[in-house]
Amino acid sequence: MSDVELKNYNLNFGPQHPAAHGVLRLITELDGEIVERVDPHIGLLHRGTEKLIEYKTYLQAVPYFDRLDYVAPMNQEHAFALAVEKLLECEVPERGQYIRILYSELGRIANHLLNLTTHALDVGAMTPILWGFEEREKLMVFYERACGARLHSAYFRPGGVHQDLPPELLDDIGEWCETFPVILADMETMLLGNRIFKQRNADIGIVSAEEAFDLGFSGPPLRASGIAWDLRKAQPYDGYEKMDFDIPVGKHGDCYDRFLLRIEEIRQSLRIMRQCLNEMPTGPVASLDRKIVPPKRAEMKRSMEALIHHFKLYTEGYKVPEGEVYAAVEAPKGEFGVYLVSDGSNKPYRCKIRAPGFPHLASMNFMAKGHMLADLPAIIGSLDIVFGEIDR
Amino acid sequence: MDEALKELGELIVTALDNEVTGYDIAHGELTLHTRSSCILKVLKHLRDDSHCQFKILIDLCGADYPERPRRFDIVYHLLSLTLNQRVRVKLETDEETPVPTARDIFSAADWYERECWDLYGVMFSDHPDLRRILTDYGFQGFPLRKDFPLTGYVEVRYSEEHKRVVYEPVKLVQEFRSFDFMSPWEGAQYILPGDEKAADENGQS
Repeated sequence: MSDVELKNYNLNFGPQHPAAHGVLRLITELDGEIVERVDPHIGLLHRGTEKLIEYKTYLQAVPYFDRLDYVAPMNQEHAFALAVEKLLECEVPERGQYIRILYSELGRIANHLLNLTTHALDVGAMTPILWGFEEREKLMVFYERACGARLHSAYFRPGGVHQDLPPELLDDIGEWCETFPVILADMETMLLGNRIFKQRNADIGIVSAEEAFDLGFSGPPLRASGIAWDLRKAQPYDGYEKMDFDIPVGKHGDCYDRFLLRIEEIRQSLRIMRQCLNEMPTGPVASLDRKIVPPKRAEMKRSMEALIHHFKLYTEGYKVPEGEVYAAVEAPKGEFGVYLVSDGSNKPYRCKIRAPGFPHLASMNFMAKGHMLADLPAIIGSLDIVFGEIDR
Repeated sequence: MDEALKELGELIVTALDNEVTGYDIAHGELTLHTRSSCILKVLKHLRDDSHCQFKILIDLCGADYPERPRRFDIVYHLLSLTLNQRVRVKLETDEETPVPTARDIFSAADWYERECWDLYGVMFSDHPDLRRILTDYGFQGFPLRKDFPLTGYVEVRYSEEHKRVVYEPVKLVQEFRSFDFMSPWEGAQYILPGDEKAADENGQS
């Protein structure tokens, strides 16, 4: 054999690919089947959310947050609501806080169910997605019964939540909390011991704790690297300090650990939900400050003042005092933060959305280097990528 | 909470009295002000100093204030797990002056700086790969600047004639509506329609 010059092979993965979890285009440089370099091209779903929010009142900005991470919409709204409340110095009544926690955890389970099952699908297991989505559908119904929409809920609004829950809903959620663990356990037995599943995930995409800091990780990927950091415990917001739950931590920081960790997080979320259901206080669900939260329609029909408030708040909106804040929540994917600058008018001056998926995806090149091409879907799956929030 | 932040702020300002020009605490958050030439030193100190250990760069973003001579703010959000504290570092820059890249201190800054360049047109010196990230291939302009219109300049459609997607200048079916919510009782500066003449006469007299 004479000297043949071997050249690396460039492969274009995506933008439309079932394993890309959205519109992700990866330019990969391959040496045989080994990945030498990955260059993710993002922004194919860029809608200019931050720019649009600058032209909307604070209340009109809420629905944009549903469209960021459309897998767990309420968790995003939570961060925005917290940021606005911080500027307004507005208190949320206890029942409102409990409903927020309940629905945040519901969203976390919905998110993890989608991520875990599609991750399993990407590495070759078909069944979990069928089981998981059946349960996820029930969660969507709970969403719908609370706010009227399955996905784009606009439910957590600055000052509290939009409306109270129907009385039977809590019982139904409680019932679901009892039946769901059986299905979760089934899924676990099927996957976790499976040889193929382990081969595809264990020791793939290892990130050490120091590397995770450097790459700006948060949420499950950070915890899988062995750091017990959870904003719900470390910087509790909206009454999470009253909740009793544990933070699962991984050991190796590989795809398998991230998978296991999310399963355990589902269990912990169920614990929090049960506690919420047992302790659900009575009272108003949103602040009674009529300069922030509009009155209910029934009240509006009888009281002139309520009518004025209703009209003013839905057209002009409220003015938010000048200042800047950063509020973050532990969203299912990691730390979701909102950096909000107000100039004292009724519209945000600047609203930067810190999406957890953004730094996670940015580390693709680091994580995929040296792995086989077939490991890319496992890495993407374990990072829990959703393009709504990354591209904004 | 504020006491601990104040202590931390004092500590950082004493350690970096040349680099940090001041600090303030509002809404339970600590903000440090610095200059673009010192930013690397500040970030390095915040990351490595045993009293700080802000090891995670949570966010880096721009903000546009066109009325200022140096119109852009670059805002860094750092998080320290050991202190359980956050800190915000701010610096001012303009269209021409590049900010040194923080990529060597925090790898996470790589994409954040690309995003900031893409949306605001702030340059980061020594960044090896300052490409656009969120906007379209071949996009012109910096969309998050306050002087960039919300509707943009071009729109796309599929052209049956050319058998490809074509770019055309934006045609609005309805004129862009920008509502003015400023109450006349709060000192609005605009002139009501029909009042132009009255204002003229007042202005001249």
